[in-house]
Order: sequence, then structure tokens, then C-alpha cells
Amino acid sequence: MKKRLFGLFLSALLTMAVLGGCTDGTVEPSVDHSSKEPTYGGSVVVGIQQDFDSLDPHKATAAGTKEVLFNIFEGLVKPDENGNLMNAIASDYTVSEDGLRYTFTLRENVKFHNGNVVTAEDVKYSLERASGLLDGTPLVSTLRTVTKVDIIDEQTVQVTVGSANAELIYGFVAAIIPAGSGEDATADPVGTGPFSYVSYKPQEGMIVQKFADYWQTGLPYLDEVNFKIVNSPDSALLELQGKTIDVYAYLTDSQAGLLQNDYQVLASASNVVQALYLNNAVAPLDDVRVRRAICYALDRDEINLFVGGGKGTLLSAGMLPTLKDYYVDLNDIYGTTDNQQKAKDLLTEAGYPDGFDLEIAIPSNYEFHMQTGEVIVEQLKAVGINATIQGYEWNSWLEQVYNGRQFEATISGVTSDMTPGYLLTRFQTDSPKNFINFSSPEYDDIFKRAENTMDLKLKADYYAQAQKILCDLAGSAFIQAPANQTAISKKLAGYKFYPVYVQDMSTVYFVEE
Amino acid sequence: MKYLGKKLFTLVMTLFLVSVIAFLSFEIIPGDVVSSILGTEATPEREAQLREELGLNDPPVVRYVNWATGVLKGDLGVSYRYSKNMNEMMPVAELVGDKLPVTLWLAAFSLIMIIAVSIPLGVMWAKSNNRFLDAALNVVTQTTMAIPSFFLGIMVTYIFGILLKWFAPGGYVSYEKDPWGFAGYLLFPALSIALPKIAMTARFLRNSMLKEMQSDYVRTAYSKGATKRKVMYGHVLRNAMIPVITFLGMIIAEIVAGSIVVEQVFGLPGVGRLLISSISTRDFPVVEILILYIAFVIIFVYFLIDILYRVVDPRISEK
Repeated sequence: MKKRLFGLFLSALLTMAVLGGCTDGTVEPSVDHSSKEPTYGGSVVVGIQQDFDSLDPHKATAAGTKEVLFNIFEGLVKPDENGNLMNAIASDYTVSEDGLRYTFTLRENVKFHNGNVVTAEDVKYSLERASGLLDGTPLVSTLRTVTKVDIIDEQTVQVTVGSANAELIYGFVAAIIPAGSGEDATADPVGTGPFSYVSYKPQEGMIVQKFADYWQTGLPYLDEVNFKIVNSPDSALLELQGKTIDVYAYLTDSQAGLLQNDYQVLASASNVVQALYLNNAVAPLDDVRVRRAICYALDRDEINLFVGGGKGTLLSAGMLPTLKDYYVDLNDIYGTTDNQQKAKDLLTEAGYPDGFDLEIAIPSNYEFHMQTGEVIVEQLKAVGINATIQGYEWNSWLEQVYNGRQFEATISGVTSDMTPGYLLTRFQTDSPKNFINFSSPEYDDIFKRAENTMDLKLKADYYAQAQKILCDLAGSAFIQAPANQTAISKKLAGYKFYPVYVQDMSTVYFVEE
Repeated sequence: MKYLGKKLFTLVMTLFLVSVIAFLSFEIIPGDVVSSILGTEATPEREAQLREELGLNDPPVVRYVNWATGVLKGDLGVSYRYSKNMNEMMPVAELVGDKLPVTLWLAAFSLIMIIAVSIPLGVMWAKSNNRFLDAALNVVTQTTMAIPSFFLGIMVTYIFGILLKWFAPGGYVSYEKDPWGFAGYLLFPALSIALPKIAMTARFLRNSMLKEMQSDYVRTAYSKGATKRKVMYGHVLRNAMIPVITFLGMIIAEIVAGSIVVEQVFGLPGVGRLLISSISTRDFPVVEILILYIAFVIIFVYFLIDILYRVVDPRISEK
């Protein structure tokens, strides 16, 4: 076991050597050489890791699908690169004081890819479809509280919701599609985004082309984008080295090192909360002292260095630092390095002076989590906990661990959308997504208050308290938001990083040679 | 005729059994297509809706019978996982029909390479008395046979793709778009498949020929005054080919059924890769058809081998 860790350490050292001086740990999205004049035209190949789970923007759930569909579909509002919302199909909106009525004014002359102008009818249809008013099944679960969509006039739509929630506005990023197209059996995907759909082939990818009538004049620059499905990280590396891919995100740290000379390799904070998730309902993890002991036993600086080249951002309570208004830094509570004495004391106090056996279930297709697991096993061993890794095929992990909750500990990443509530809602006692069985009446109470207030200042306050409780009760051993490293061809500029899963190709352009 | 009827019956029974076993294994393995599609975003409503849409609420027997009657009527069903457009899923026939040519062309290319190189090589090897050549071929073929195909694929990509730049890794183009570009790209994966098989076949042929050369009929032929050429090609090679045909048949079945590893390494969208991804996403209709296809190919190739035996050696049909 020591040998394995040593191997990891060696590879970390090697990577650092390759990377030269770039290991200061900053993850500010770097700005590329955009001083050069943007040019129009050209075709770009973007390597993507997953096949599409659906071409229907309301039904698609996979992050890998949504990040591509972002280029084709738009909602009334859409996220920008700072994590804020900008108006898209709506040119303006107001929310009633009680938070129950949203009135959207539609932007004039926004066109669908089929040439038709977006009407209030289309918006009503899309929102009713997404919120489940059409057939009873909400396709976009954040919109489930919508009770009524009314057309006030040709340019105005009013949405009524059953309960007030200041975060609901983020739900209106849901795609607007032509009325009726959700039931039309032969419909190709049609939206209002900067690129229009050309073709999709399973296992090969999707091709989109420039939409000349896009409402943001001047965008996009590229004529065509080919989102090409790449089989595995290994073949991705070969294809990058062979220069058949222009843009590829989610590089491993060692890949990033290898590509440093041929590509612009940029890093940004990802929107993933990686943690050693602990099942709060099974012994001995049902004892808060044991969970705290595990938190103290982890040396997260070491984990970050070994598996991420030191580029991740450490976090302690399930909230992402990119959600700046809501994040509180709680890294001091358990410290970023290990405190073995404290961990051992807590274990003794809890009645486990000689430690215990712990099985860590990890979806084995995630190399990053597997490597993290190997480091953690060694760190836990140092305080007497005998941890073993059990690799799971992804579907089995979903069924047994995530949905079935039959596990002791697991290492995984939970992704977020743009709302703080999305990340924290799962830790309520009766949340269907509470796969760690965290249970704290105090937390439930604070979360409810946060959810129901329209006062953003107060909301941030409540969420801060919720994070504090989650960290204090050691709901899980939170580790980091890993860095997202992206390779971009040196011929391209204008690539933007988003705090959500998005590959926005509309601002990308070729620079003059 | 009786022979053909018997073969046909075996074929049908085997396919039936294979389909039942595949169906049952899908019932047993953990994780289903609904959780695969919805992932960590599943809500109870969406799960229920999807189960209904895919007809997963019926009992297993009903589902199997529905599926089987569909197939018998020529309807292969639709994929659970791959979309055709916004609202429809991809019909399995269309999906497999699109991927099959890739695998078949790849198989054809590698097969041509294997036969064109291994048979002359094997004959030459058997005929040569040069100890140095013998030793050299021994080492080369042993080594080639021992390299795992994924590693060979990576080496071929690295040497021909990245160092020599004879092809662009991952630069696969569809056969519909650019047939020549498609063929050019396929040469290298075909090479990765062919190399170890060439080594195996050449060795096999050589050994088989050496064994035949010891036979009495060879001495008789020589004593009757036949030339070496006549003896080698007319008698020895013909007899030595029988085990080689079996061996080649196994190779054909293997590569036509889908060169899973090589397709993965070179990013070829063939049936091997489709099978792997469909198993991991629990896309039952696709997996069933692919498994039936593989079973069919293997049974059919063995049937052909049987016939070829009779052509090469008429004595077999008399037995």
C-alpha cells in the first residue's frame, strides 16, 4: 500500500516538474491572447466525453448534454460567465413583492432557427411543458412550483407559482422551443441559440452551424462546430497530440502537463463538490465523533497535490466558492492538513481506540475519485481506520450507493446548477437526494427559512448557518472543487469559462496568423 | 439437404437460447436503463414516466415475448438510449445498420492483410532451410503474438499517427462523407488487428506444413518424380491448409463480430464500441440485436468452414 502512495507521489512530482513554475495553485480563469482582432468563419472540433442522453432540452439531464445544448437553446434568461443571469429571450422581467408572480417582457424579433419569430405562445407552451402543466410530469424539476402561465399581450407573459422562492428565477433558463415541437415526432431540435442543429450521430457527435439571425448581433464568430464524442481520456490525449481536436475540457493533471507546449491549457474552478461522502445512518458513522475523526484524519492539501497538482479549491461544507454571495470558508474547522492526534482522541472517545473497517465505494470510471481514494486509504490508516476501496461500475453505483444508499462511504462529485439551494437542499432529512442520510432538525429548519425568504441578504445568512451546521456535524468529509483544465488550440481565442457546465462556443474565434 | 436442415435448426435454437440468456442477464445485473438515463438527477415522477414510455412496467416474460415477436416480424425495436431527433429514439435497425459497415470494412481490410501476408510467409518459412531466418521469424512472430491489441493499437497510433504523421489520430471520417478518407483511416486499425493474426497464421501454417512434409505421401510423390514445386503446392499446402482454414475461420468470426478493443483505441464507431457502450447504459434492445448478430456470425462462419473442408478435401463429405 505504501508503495502505491509512493507511486502517486512520484507521478505528482513528475507532473510538477513538467509543469515548471505553474503550480502556485491559483485557479483564476486565465485570459487568452484576445488582443488580436477576432475573425469570422472557420470550423472547430470540440472533444466531448459523453454521448447525448437526449436531444430534447427539457428532458436532457446529463451535464455533458446540457453543456452542448447551451449553444442551441436559450431560456427567457441565461447564465453568464460570472454566474449571474442575463436576459435572453426576455428583455426584462419583474417579480411581484410576494414572489408569486413573474412577468416577462419578450425581446422583440428573436428568431427560432426555423425562421419564425418567438411569440408569447411559444413561451407559454415551453414553460407549461417544462413545468409539467401539459401532462403532469415536470421535466425541469426546478419549475415544478409553476401553477399557471398567462399571456398578457403579444410581448408579455406572466408566470404564477405556488410558493415564493427567490432562486426560482434560475429555473427560467429552461429552453424556449416552438409551440408544439415537443410533440412533433420528426422535429429536429430548434431553438434560438447562436448555433443551429445540423446533425447528430450516436457515438460520433453533433454538428451545429452558425445561426445568422442570432439576436446578439456579431455573434457567433465560427461557421461550424463539431462536438465530437471521444471514447476515453487516453484516446482524447492521442487525438489532441494528433491535433484533430481543437478544444477539450476536463483534462487530468498529467494530460494537462503533456499538452502544455502545443495548446493553451487554461484552468478554472469546476462546479463539482468532491467529498468522501459518509453514510450517516450506518454504524459507526452514525456517531458524530467518528465522522469528525475522519475529517481530522484527512490531509486535504496532500490530496489536492497528489491528484490535482494542487490546483483544486479546498472546501468544507458542500457549497462552492464560485457561488460567492453564499459561500463561507470553513476550512479552519478541521484544518486543511491532518490532525492525527485529535482524530485518535475522538475515535477513543467514541469507543473505537483501535479503529474500525471502512469500505469506500467509488465509481471506477472516475479515475480522479479512484486516485483520491488511494490517498485517503493511506491517511485513514494512519489513525487506525482500516479502509478499503470497492470499485463500482457507474450504473451499479447509481443503484446501490446513490439511490439505494447501501454503502458506508463513497467518493464522488456532486455538481451544481447556479443556485445555492440546489447544493444544500439534498442535506435535508427527508430530501430524496439525501443519499448520505444526513439528519439534523436544526439544519432542516434553517434551510426552510432560507428557501422561503425573498430577502437575499437574509438568505445568504441562513445558508451560511446551514453550511456551518453541515460542517460542524461532519455530514461528510468535504474535500475540494477540483480544477477544470481545458486545452484550447493556439489558433483560437475568446473561450469563456462558466461556473456551470457550459461550453459556450459563441464567443470563440480564430486569431489571424 | 438433410445436412442443411439440421444446420438451420441448430442455428435457430442457438439464437433463441442466446437471446434468452442475454435477456436474463439484463434482468440480473444491477442498475437499469432508467437510472442510467436520469443519473443523479432522477425524480420519482420522471422515473415513472420513463418506465412507462419504455414499457418497463410489464413483467419480464411479457417484455421478452413482445420483443421476440417484434424481431420475428422484422421490427428490431428502438434504442432506449440514442435519440434520432428531438422526440424520437433511434430505431435499432438504423443504428446498427449505420455502424455495421465500419466493422465490416475493418474486418475486410484486416482479413485481406492477414491472408495476403501470412500464407506466403508461412509457405516461405516452411520451405526455407536457413537457420538464421528461422530464428528471426520465430522471435518476430512470438513477439507480435504476445503484444496485447490495445497496446499495439496505441503503438500504431503513436508511431504512424504522431511520429510519422501518416494519419491523424481520431481523424475518422464517415464512409458516407468521404469513402477514400474512410479507407485511408481504416488501414491503421486494420494493421493493428492484422499484425498478431498474421504472426499466428504464418506460424500455424508453417508447423502444419512441416508436419505434412514428413508424411508418407510426400515421399511417394517425390519417388514418382514430382517436382518440389508440384509436391509443395499440389499436395503439402493443400493438406496443410485444413487446420489453417479452421484457424482463419475463428479469426474471421472474431473480427467480424466486432473488434471491440481496436475500435475503442482508434475511436471507430463500429459495432464493437456500440456493444460496450450499450451494455454500460443498459440499452437492452441494442445489446440483444448485437449479441444475436455475433452469435449468427460465429455459427455462419463455422458452417462455411465446414463447406470449405469439403472443397479442399473431398474425402470429408464421404465420411
